[in-house]
Amino acid sequence: MQQTSPQPVFRALADPTRRAIFEQLTRHGEQTVHALTRQAGVSQPAVSKHLTVLKSAKLVHHRRAGRETHYRASPDALVPMIDWLNHYGVFWRDKFDQLDTLLKRMEP
Amino acid sequence: MSQQLTATPAETRTLVIERVFPHSPEKLWRALTESPLLAQWLMNNDFAPAPGHKFQFRADPVPGWNGIIDCEVLIVDPLKQLSYTWGSMGMHSVVLFTLTPAGTGTQLRMEQSGFPAAYEAAYKGATYGWQKFLGNLERVVGELA
Repeated sequence: MQQTSPQPVFRALADPTRRAIFEQLTRHGEQTVHALTRQAGVSQPAVSKHLTVLKSAKLVHHRRAGRETHYRASPDALVPMIDWLNHYGVFWRDKFDQLDTLLKRMEP
Repeated sequence: MSQQLTATPAETRTLVIERVFPHSPEKLWRALTESPLLAQWLMNNDFAPAPGHKFQFRADPVPGWNGIIDCEVLIVDPLKQLSYTWGSMGMHSVVLFTLTPAGTGTQLRMEQSGFPAAYEAAYKGATYGWQKFLGNLERVVGELA
């Protein structure tokens, strides 16, 4: 149904807290785990866990600076998902063509 | 933070496909609700026109997609409206068909909405602001080019 699977992206963003963390990074740029924890309303280990999932979907990247780890969003990882959404437009038009063919074959 | 997202105004990210078919609503309704007919234009399925009925569409798997769509019937309003959830690969949306008489034919409108949290939202009475979020995503992706 698509060239690149958007599944890891969907899975990562299915969780509202992860979505909020990702959106936070998208809006406000690079942030430390501490800063994200302050806004997330969940514990730091929970935030770290969410960041690991986002990282595995390539939605965020990190760098270490001293004792702090800084995270930033990588919105280009969303491209497969956007492609997938656009794909549905083509999918339904194609299906409507098949419906048209079926209706012509059916008894009135 | 989810509170913050909830507070964002809801924008709908909906895919709409409309077409007028030169056939009666009755005939169109049959094509939408009789499982063997539905299989001929959409996909193999175990659909039944009963709210709450859980069913699947099954297509041939392709790389990156297992070919399975998990659905649950939400609305059956004969000759007028049909709606079911549409879940595939962890993404949930809602499909709504609306039939409207148009001259001697019938207009069929297909709306697929709520990529991907409208299902949860509809059931839990909450809005995660996902549509708004997707709007943002599209903007972000648009700016990448």
